[in-house]
Formats: sequence, structure tokens, C-alpha cells
Amino acid sequence: MSAAENALAPDSGIPLSLRGPAPVRVVAGFGFWLFLLSDIILFAALFAAYSVLSGSTAGGPTAAELFDKKHVFAETLCLLASSVTCGFGSLAVQRTDARAMYFWMGITFLLGATFLTLEGREFAGMVSAGAGPSHSAFLSAFFTLVGTHGLHVTLGLVWLLIMLLQVTTLGFQPMVGRRFFAFGLFWHALDIVWIGVFTIVYLGAK
Amino acid sequence: MDRQVLAQGRAPGVDARDQHNARSYLIGLLYALPLTGASFWAATTSFVYAPAVPVLLAVLAIAQMGVHLAFFLHISSAPDQTNNFLALAFGVFVTGLIVFGSMMIMSHLNHNMMSMDQLMRMQR
Repeated sequence: MSAAENALAPDSGIPLSLRGPAPVRVVAGFGFWLFLLSDIILFAALFAAYSVLSGSTAGGPTAAELFDKKHVFAETLCLLASSVTCGFGSLAVQRTDARAMYFWMGITFLLGATFLTLEGREFAGMVSAGAGPSHSAFLSAFFTLVGTHGLHVTLGLVWLLIMLLQVTTLGFQPMVGRRFFAFGLFWHALDIVWIGVFTIVYLGAK
Repeated sequence: MDRQVLAQGRAPGVDARDQHNARSYLIGLLYALPLTGASFWAATTSFVYAPAVPVLLAVLAIAQMGVHLAFFLHISSAPDQTNNFLALAFGVFVTGLIVFGSMMIMSHLNHNMMSMDQLMRMQR
């Protein structure tokens, strides 16, 4: 252990204020954590709008008439399973085990894509049945909230593809590891938002 | 690296006990699956007293969010996680303020407003 690392050890006797900045990995992780929390506050505003407007159906279809709980259950299982496989993938990145990483992250991508396909089919079915976002305040709020979540999942999939390409071209460099780490946090956070979506929007439908 | 992390706090998402621990994700799945199942069951069954269903759903959702935070994001109240935990607490506070504040204000507003039907009738 170098002298600098010794100085950073908790029992070194040097006060915390004199130990210098935290390692990049901790700073980057904490910064991304703050971004995720601000993203969740964005969703909070959309949830608030949905809760207020969910009764304003303007004579159109109500939430209880539109939603199919089995369909939502399948979507939920996709996201939950993808969260776990993403965790296994993150562990493979930490071990710098490329084969396990491609395997688990590949499954994560497929589960995310399945989720998006199911959601896209639901949206297309609703629009073709005349329940598009322009029909009522309830439907506007629904498409905004669930659509924003879907957009996040889409961006997450693009990010995952980029990360797979970076591992292929750059290998497991520290910066690639940090980005992959941030991706894992992002993916788990999206699953937490989805718990709110399926509870409030789909199961809370009256 | 590990000693550095201990001295300077820990990034969210890093398991404190073991860096290569797949068990945490499996335990999380083991908790999350029954909670998800219970949520969908509670929403469809007539077994539970109907006015209590929203409360039950809220409890199950909060429990599952807690499971995800603890086992997938590895957030805990350990001393090296103080920064992460404080940020989370602030996020939860603002979220609660926005969601419940909006709902309360709008329900009071609706309560004080004349209904749209009556308003239309008066204009004729």
C-alpha cells in the first residue's frame, strides 16, 4: 500500500477534512445518484398530474375499462427479471468477466426490449380504439407518465448497446467500468419508478 | 481501493459486504416476486375489504421499493453511506411534497368550485 493510500485509511489518524478528495468512482457514483433522484422528482410531478387528472375522462373510457392486468403483470415481470440480470451483469463487469457480462447484459437487453414491445402494443391498441392522448385529460396524463417511463427504458437500451460496444472496443478500463456502474443504477431506478406506475396507474384504476 | 472507499464514503450500488455477491440480487428477487404477486392479487380479489385495497396497495408498493433500494441499489444507513442516504431522504421528501401536496390542493379546489354541470346550466 502506498503512502497516499495509507493516509486514506480510516485508522490513519488523519482527520477526514485533511484526507483529500474521495476517489473518482465514489464521486461519479454519488453524482449519478443525485441525477437519479432529480429524475425521480420529475416522475413525481407526472405522478401528481396523473393522480389529479385520472378522473377527468371527458365522457371517454375510464382507467378500469382500458387496462388489462395480465398484460401489465407480464410487463412487470420483464422489468423485475431484467433488474436482476442487470445486477448479475454488473458483478461480471466488476470481475472483468467478458463472457458472463455479454450473457447477462444480453438477457437484460432482450427483457427490456420485450417490455417495450408489450408497452408499444398496448399504446397502439389504445390509440386505434380511439383512446389516444388527445381524447381526455386522463389519457393525456396517462400517455405522458407511462410514455416518459418508456422513453427512459428506450434510452437505457441505447445506453446498454453503447456500453457493450465500449467493452468490445476499449475493454474493461476504469472509465468503462464507471459508466457501466452508472447504467446499472439507472436501470434499477427505472424499475423502482415502474413499481409506482403499476400500483398507481394500473392497479389503482377505478 | 477498498480502504480508500471506507474512508471517503461509498458510492451507491456497491455492496458493502462482498463485491462479487450474487446472493443479494437473488434475495431481492425472492422478496420482490411475492410482493408483486400480492399487489396484483389485492387489486383483483374481493377477499379484502374494498375501501382498504388502496392502502394495502400503497403498503406493498412502498415495501417493494424498499426491497429494490436495499438489495438492488445497495442503499443502507451504514456510516459510509451517509451522503447517499441523506440525498435519498431529500428526494423522498420532495416527491411526497409534490404528489400529496398536489392531490390535497386539487381536491380542496374541486371541493370549493361549483361543478362544471351547474356552471354550464347557469350560463344558459
